[in-house]
Amino acid sequence: MHWTCFHLVNEVNTEPTGKKDMPKTSYSKPSIGSTGKTGSWRTFDPMVNYDECNKCRTCWLHCPEAVISIGEDDFPVWDFDYCKGCGICAEVCPKKCIEMVRTSDAVGGSLPVGGSEG
Amino acid sequence: MKTELMSANYAASRAVVSARVEVVAAYPITPATTVPEQIALLNEQGIYKGQFIRVESEHSAMFACIGASSTGARAFTATSSNGLLLMDEGLHWAAAARLPIVLNNVNRSVSPSWNIHVTHDDSYSKRDTGWIQFYVASVDELYHTIIQSFKLAEDERVLMPVMVNSDGFVLSHTVSPYDHLEPEEVDKFLPPYTPPHWVMDPENPVSHGNIVFPEHYSEFRNMMHEGTKNALPVYTEIEKEYKKLFGKYFGGPIDCYKCDDADVVFTSQGSMGAEAKDAIDELREEGYKAGNARMRMIRPFPVDKIRELGSKVKAFASFDRGVSYGFGGPVANDIRSTMYHMKHRPMIKSYIGGLGGRDMAIPDIKAVILDTFKAVESGELGPEETWNDLKD
Repeated sequence: MHWTCFHLVNEVNTEPTGKKDMPKTSYSKPSIGSTGKTGSWRTFDPMVNYDECNKCRTCWLHCPEAVISIGEDDFPVWDFDYCKGCGICAEVCPKKCIEMVRTSDAVGGSLPVGGSEG
Repeated sequence: MKTELMSANYAASRAVVSARVEVVAAYPITPATTVPEQIALLNEQGIYKGQFIRVESEHSAMFACIGASSTGARAFTATSSNGLLLMDEGLHWAAAARLPIVLNNVNRSVSPSWNIHVTHDDSYSKRDTGWIQFYVASVDELYHTIIQSFKLAEDERVLMPVMVNSDGFVLSHTVSPYDHLEPEEVDKFLPPYTPPHWVMDPENPVSHGNIVFPEHYSEFRNMMHEGTKNALPVYTEIEKEYKKLFGKYFGGPIDCYKCDDADVVFTSQGSMGAEAKDAIDELREEGYKAGNARMRMIRPFPVDKIRELGSKVKAFASFDRGVSYGFGGPVANDIRSTMYHMKHRPMIKSYIGGLGGRDMAIPDIKAVILDTFKAVESGELGPEETWNDLKD
């Protein structure tokens, strides 16, 4: 399915149901998810082997969508609401401990990834 | 109000001053050139107090107007023919962004063949961009219609850009009197523009033109359609107020002359509609019940007014100074569509001519109307489409 790609900014910041709560033209305020939950575009999920990860933050630095944050234990965590699965993190990882797994094959919870932080 | 003697282009530039336009971005093209040229001069003299942006193309002119209007500034541009065509992407953008920009298009033939005289093909080809379209018949009408157009475009029920079309050379370079209003007088009619929806403001940033998926695209387009259609009732209010304030009235979306008891009504766009009044007077003297319906507005199309006229007449002689290649006269075909569901359907004869500035004088207009009378009298429609004065 497609996610709506703008949020109303002159009334309430929710997805419109129809013309009555839509602005006259499409626009959005800069905010997380102002173009919808782009995580739905993902074909491959980054799966991290945290046993190998040395917390170097190279993936965090390179992520073009800024969906990687540093968790309490200093390990990188992903926001899968917005991760598009581009694979740059896997490509730049010096330890080669990030694997891109077809989304349908990725088992949620099998690896200690961050999951949604919405 | 005082009477001045000027060409339509010079008057258009004065309308920009009177309406307190804040940004003009324009690129010169014959025959529109003297509009921005005069604005530049008035700017230098301190009479036009807004910004004048010298851009490198008409595409940039329209997008500079889009940027200006997005910040809440009142924006204007002028162009002709191929210049209007180069603006095309911006025309669609301005309409869908609901920006109340006003454009004076000085109608000129599209090349090739190279020709700087009037044909309405340039603006006809922009019919489906969402822009409201006026066609005027005099210098005075152009001046006042530009001022009215800002009020119409900026009305929250409309919020669509307006194109005011004036015939190249016939009006643009012909000197005629017009009644000038000082900006202080226009203030009573036209308050400063305050965008009633989104605005480009660095203090409160928004991104505009975002991707919109199928779930909401239709709704935006439907709102544009409704906004454009609202221009008909809103313009009626505007004209009423304008008449009360300044005593000026140009006839609504269709300026009718001697139509009430007419058997045949001649329709046309632009300056020919003024010439046609004299043709009607002569035909009336010769015993023909002819009327003149000068189409001032073709988008939104004045459906109700055409149906009202159509319910009374035996035939329309509909003249287009332009062509939809492969289907004929654009306005003639709109009139046909408008009448299709009516009980009484008059004959609708389409005439195409006056292209490339070929003169359409009183005898030419009379001949067209008499050709339609002949069809009415014989009961036979004859050709659906006639190219006037075509050399075999």
